[in-house]
Amino acid sequence: MKSTVTWARKQRPSQAGASQRVILIRGGHVVDPRNKRDEVLDVLIQGQHIQKVAKDIKPSKGVEVINASHLVVAPGLIDIHVHLREPGQEEKETIATGTAAAALGGFTSVACMPNTVPPIDNVSQIQFVMMKAQSEGYVRVFPIGAITKGQEGTELTEIGAMVRAGCVAISDDGKPVANAKLFRRALEYAKTFGLTVIDHCEDPDLARGGVMNEGKLAALLGLKGIPRQAEYIMVARNIALCELTGGNLHLAHLSTKESVALVREAKKRGLPVTAETCPHYFSLTEESVAGYNTNAKMNPPLRTEEDRLAILAGLADGTIDVIASDHAPHTVAQKSREFDNAPFGIVGLETTLGLVLTQIVENKVMSLSAALAALTDAPARALRLPGGHLSPGAPADITLIDLKAKQTVEHFASKSQNSPFIGWTLHGKAAATLVGGDVVMRGGRLLKKPDLH
Amino acid sequence: MKLRYKDLLGLAPLTAEEIELILNTAVPFKKIFTRSIKKVPPLRGKTVALLFYEPSTRTRTSFELAAARLSADVLNLSVSSSSVQKGETLIDTALNLEAMKVDYIVLRHSVSGAPELLARGVRAHVVNAGDGNHEHPTQGLLDLYTIREKKKKIKGLTIAIIGDILHSRVARSNIWGLTKLGARVRLCGPATLVPPDMKTAFGNDIEVTYNMKEALEGADVAYVLRLQLERQQENLFPSLREYNEFYGLDAKKLSWAKKDCLVMHPGPMNRGVEISSEVADGPQSVILEQVTNGIAVRMAVLYLLAGSTGVMPAGSPAQFLAERKPL
Repeated sequence: MKSTVTWARKQRPSQAGASQRVILIRGGHVVDPRNKRDEVLDVLIQGQHIQKVAKDIKPSKGVEVINASHLVVAPGLIDIHVHLREPGQEEKETIATGTAAAALGGFTSVACMPNTVPPIDNVSQIQFVMMKAQSEGYVRVFPIGAITKGQEGTELTEIGAMVRAGCVAISDDGKPVANAKLFRRALEYAKTFGLTVIDHCEDPDLARGGVMNEGKLAALLGLKGIPRQAEYIMVARNIALCELTGGNLHLAHLSTKESVALVREAKKRGLPVTAETCPHYFSLTEESVAGYNTNAKMNPPLRTEEDRLAILAGLADGTIDVIASDHAPHTVAQKSREFDNAPFGIVGLETTLGLVLTQIVENKVMSLSAALAALTDAPARALRLPGGHLSPGAPADITLIDLKAKQTVEHFASKSQNSPFIGWTLHGKAAATLVGGDVVMRGGRLLKKPDLH
Repeated sequence: MKLRYKDLLGLAPLTAEEIELILNTAVPFKKIFTRSIKKVPPLRGKTVALLFYEPSTRTRTSFELAAARLSADVLNLSVSSSSVQKGETLIDTALNLEAMKVDYIVLRHSVSGAPELLARGVRAHVVNAGDGNHEHPTQGLLDLYTIREKKKKIKGLTIAIIGDILHSRVARSNIWGLTKLGARVRLCGPATLVPPDMKTAFGNDIEVTYNMKEALEGADVAYVLRLQLERQQENLFPSLREYNEFYGLDAKKLSWAKKDCLVMHPGPMNRGVEISSEVADGPQSVILEQVTNGIAVRMAVLYLLAGSTGVMPAGSPAQFLAERKPL
């Protein structure tokens, strides 16, 4: 079933002489899901890579030692569903501010969605994002290219050329591909490059004009509903096309119990499908919309308690592989409009880890290791990204997590503040973020931009 | 007794007692404006801004007369939808009004929840004059007033609401008001226009039927909703002819109801579509009395809000959740 990968993703060779510094992260509780490590170990970093993970590594002279005795040492977190808004909507977010938010939230890599203005649908746009990220980014940025030109759903983009330039997946996120035949071609053609196709599952006709979950509350509030069927009809279609083509399929931000059931069944049949959800779908329900709270307006919409529990069950049994933020910044002015006229989406880079630790780990839905796998190993596998583990030779992308720290969500480093979680107290947060061996964030402060050349 | 909230955003946040307070207050006001000298002074020196983002003749003039008869100054702002598209946000417009020291903002808006947004942003009393598909509380109140005046009670009556329930803010306000005061509500229309969720969404058992005979049998009131003719383009029903055949209220269908069944309509009517002229102009019709009562009820609302105890807007998220019965 697995396609043969003909285009191995190139790792950038570290520049000769570029900081052969040695860092020892000492005495931390290493949780490395891919290597099944979950114990107190030391991690030795040389230059930009991990040299060794072992017990009681003796520091040689000149080694920088980070005492992690009260911290969890995890592979750098990876968020494969982020809207950085650059180019075109810099009033909402930029690559600089978005990656700063990522670093503060414990993420070392983000994959950014192509629904910018104009969309990221060609080589020069991919190059623009990569260049900007190299010069201004606090974390690694992996661009996702559009499936169709202009995200218009009619003509395939130059997928191969975009892959050469650094595109890691394709998606028309925000504008789902309605045409089944075109989506089939995308899945097939992407196999050539071993590329994963990501779909935002939504039947555009069924969902049109809707602003929240269809149901009793929408009926009371007089808001147009988006039926759950708009999502799972497309989940079913995409799974069928995945079976037809054998192409790698990743289903973004699942919100309904039926979608979880469909993916569970597809995985039983061995189809190459991965699935994702977001913290808001396992933390909130449509009740948050009552009072016309535009910070609870997102797409897909918040659903019911039954769905929330099904999403948690899907995470617990591995049906849902990945937790991503769907970080979707919008300005205060845009979110202060009438409910129908306010845009969909919330910021999430700075709350995702805290919500996972509070809602999933503390509530014992999943073990710490399994929960962190959904933020590290699983997203790396879904898009075949480097990192996501702490094997020797892997990039030294590491997140140190303080499980005991409490934080009240107040203000974000992101340019936008649209979050329904403001005022929540979260248990656990990122204490430090290392990207390619550079400590980019420590103790809630941004220190430096990593050397990613 | 006083109203708890500074605003009237809907009938959902009101208690039965508050609704009755408004209806009782409207009784003397109706006497006032049906005599030859129609003006009283309680709101002298206050300013009422009518901010209408949707065209409306009846509701706007009704509010205008209500405010004038309480001696308030009236500021009439009709905002065409085009100027909204390119220009100022709702909140900015409201803040500008507030800077001019307006005491009331009466808002008509095409988006559900817009008055709530406004109420959170300004200190003025906000009165919802119809928001999207959500609520039209003063219409609901004037309908309750009319029913109570004619039938001497509301508790125990059976009211059939007929037509496009899905898109109707009038229906929602009526359902809240009628059920809070103990009436039985039946909803009737084609299945595309009567969402099944309505049956339980209001926390009371509401009957839903697609059959006019079932809806009207034993009914004390036949409340006909206006059909937006453009709904046909959305394939919500195949043709006006077919709609009229099944759901248009005519003498024959009305004969299925109680002999003294009232015929009501919020206006403006599509004669020959949702209601026949015979019925609209017939002896059971109280449609024009609804219009008269609208002024009395709106006077009562403006008057009572001036003395409301609350400074917080009704329906802030926490409040909404706390007061809503579990679904």
